[in-house]
Amino acid sequence: MTTFMGSPDASGRFGEFGGRFVPEALIPACLELEAAFKDAWADPLFHEEYEHTLKEFGGRPTPVTYCPRLSEALGIEIYLKREDLAHTGSHKINNVVGQALLTKRMGKPRMIAETGAGQHGVASATAAARLGLECTVYMGEIDTKRQSLNVFRMELLGAKVIPVTSGSKTLKDAVNEAMREWVTCVEDTHYCLGSVMGPHPFPWMVREFQSILGIEAAAQFQNLQIGEPDFVVACVGGGSNAAGMFAGFANSSSRLIGVEAAGGAAVGIGAPGVLHGMRSLLIQSEFGQIEEAHSISAGLDYPGIGPEHAHLAASGRAQYYSANDEEVLDALQALSRLEGIIPALETAHALAWVMREAGGLIPRGSKVLINLSGRGDKDVAQVRDILRGEQ
Amino acid sequence: MTTLDIRLRTVRDSGRKALVPYFVGGLDDEWLECVKAAAFAGADAIEIGVPFSDPIMDGVVIQEASLRALNRGTTLTSVLAGLRTLDIEVPLIVMTYFNIFHHHGLERSANDLHEAGVLGTIVPDLSLEEVAPWRAISNEHDVASILMTALSTPPERAVQLASETQGFAYAAARMAVTGVASDEGRGDLVVQKLRQASTVPVYVGIGIATPLQAATACTFADGAIVGSALVQRLLDGEGPKGVELFLGEMRSAIDAID
Repeated sequence: MTTFMGSPDASGRFGEFGGRFVPEALIPACLELEAAFKDAWADPLFHEEYEHTLKEFGGRPTPVTYCPRLSEALGIEIYLKREDLAHTGSHKINNVVGQALLTKRMGKPRMIAETGAGQHGVASATAAARLGLECTVYMGEIDTKRQSLNVFRMELLGAKVIPVTSGSKTLKDAVNEAMREWVTCVEDTHYCLGSVMGPHPFPWMVREFQSILGIEAAAQFQNLQIGEPDFVVACVGGGSNAAGMFAGFANSSSRLIGVEAAGGAAVGIGAPGVLHGMRSLLIQSEFGQIEEAHSISAGLDYPGIGPEHAHLAASGRAQYYSANDEEVLDALQALSRLEGIIPALETAHALAWVMREAGGLIPRGSKVLINLSGRGDKDVAQVRDILRGEQ
Repeated sequence: MTTLDIRLRTVRDSGRKALVPYFVGGLDDEWLECVKAAAFAGADAIEIGVPFSDPIMDGVVIQEASLRALNRGTTLTSVLAGLRTLDIEVPLIVMTYFNIFHHHGLERSANDLHEAGVLGTIVPDLSLEEVAPWRAISNEHDVASILMTALSTPPERAVQLASETQGFAYAAARMAVTGVASDEGRGDLVVQKLRQASTVPVYVGIGIATPLQAATACTFADGAIVGSALVQRLLDGEGPKGVELFLGEMRSAIDAID
């Protein structure tokens, strides 16, 4: 039997995707990080500190919640892994606690990060505050406006936020700018990348830090004594919450489903290419220029996908679908009204696919586990404006 | 050895320090005239940037120029078509990001570069670990693969880079993306590391903006690369005359050192 979601090969590849496509100036930092991560991840004391911090500070474990009313309405059984209840309101805390501890272990006093919706930026600022690290966050100018409260949160937490005005002024350009900045300060600064993307070892390392949620969910589901979930569903931008979730079920019989934003569907409409240090699937023009992604959720406005997802798609172990903005708004409202949980717009993509496919691709009576990757508090002003027809 | 290796070693062995300007292909209607002006002003090799949407190794000046070129519909094919019309002796080197070749197809890219008279490529996001497939294919078309070395590169890795680069070794003088800088950085340290076990010509770039900085670099290196400072002049509308004047000053400053 093929084992899925193991370690990448020595060149950082998952199948034909991944690698380390960065300027020479950053190669020594990538090598240093790879060695530091391998060393830390093999060290029981590091695991202990990581797990203890996520428990005591991060609010882990998060529960698995059954949704009686939504299940009844759709004719399937729906369970949610409640990452919205983790500190800072999403799964992002799992990764930043890991990387912030690693930053300290490498003896670096400072982190930089990119952010789209602001979730990773807020989480980075939070972990930096907790561990006494300096933190600077790069955020597309458009996103700083869409998510102005998150900008203020980061500042409250003591981080510096730099609006990025180049290119499409969203997540992709925030990554560009963070990488450019990293070249200048690599000696004393760690780049705390927010998803399972970038050059090796980031896609692997971030997946490992996020796998805590999937492993937890698998054990919790087992305790329900109803067998394995038939479907495990997560939204995908870069793909960190999905990677963490899938890691808990990669070698089970559950079907793994990633849901992309229709306007940023790298698996759906992308082609192989090289960006941000990795070979993966990218949305690009006929001349190889990277195109802008468009979606209602800033966190999924990314024209690529993590290389391991590209590999899972190519190997058929996971399937990737997309949901459009309208379906996403419907799903967000449905979960709010039927279950008393307001999900993030990103997360609502996973819900939207499940609602669309219940009784279709998802047979009636199926057990469906959705990663509720984040809460929707950050999105309520935007959703209000849209529903009132002001946007 | 590639043709570029032979050509640039000949320049070095003749005792001449190399001046290597960088242009963004397709920047405006005059870009090919600017390349000719550079050849006339005494350039020893010319880098032609093929614009990419996400230039992570470039600062604001080349980002702006790339955007302008892209907005004019510039592509790899249109830049190479322009280069084919040139009738100059100076070796041409294309600088771009790997996705451009990856998307165009490696074999097709190498072939098209050769047909356009291009002798080498600089692809900043193709590290030593990732360059092999491209180098193998481009070498079949006599296109050299130039590698960069940074201040952060450890000495033993620099030795490897010096032995694997082709044409020349690109020494990045500063830990920064391309752009104008007030200080000339520490190109001397990078050059030292590269000279350990190799006789490949070494050129210094990243932050060389003035004739004095170029001349200083040429006291310890075999040549100087000037990018953003030149491209800024073109963004300001100085055109081929501005190129000739600026590179003329650089040439004089470099030639005055010996």
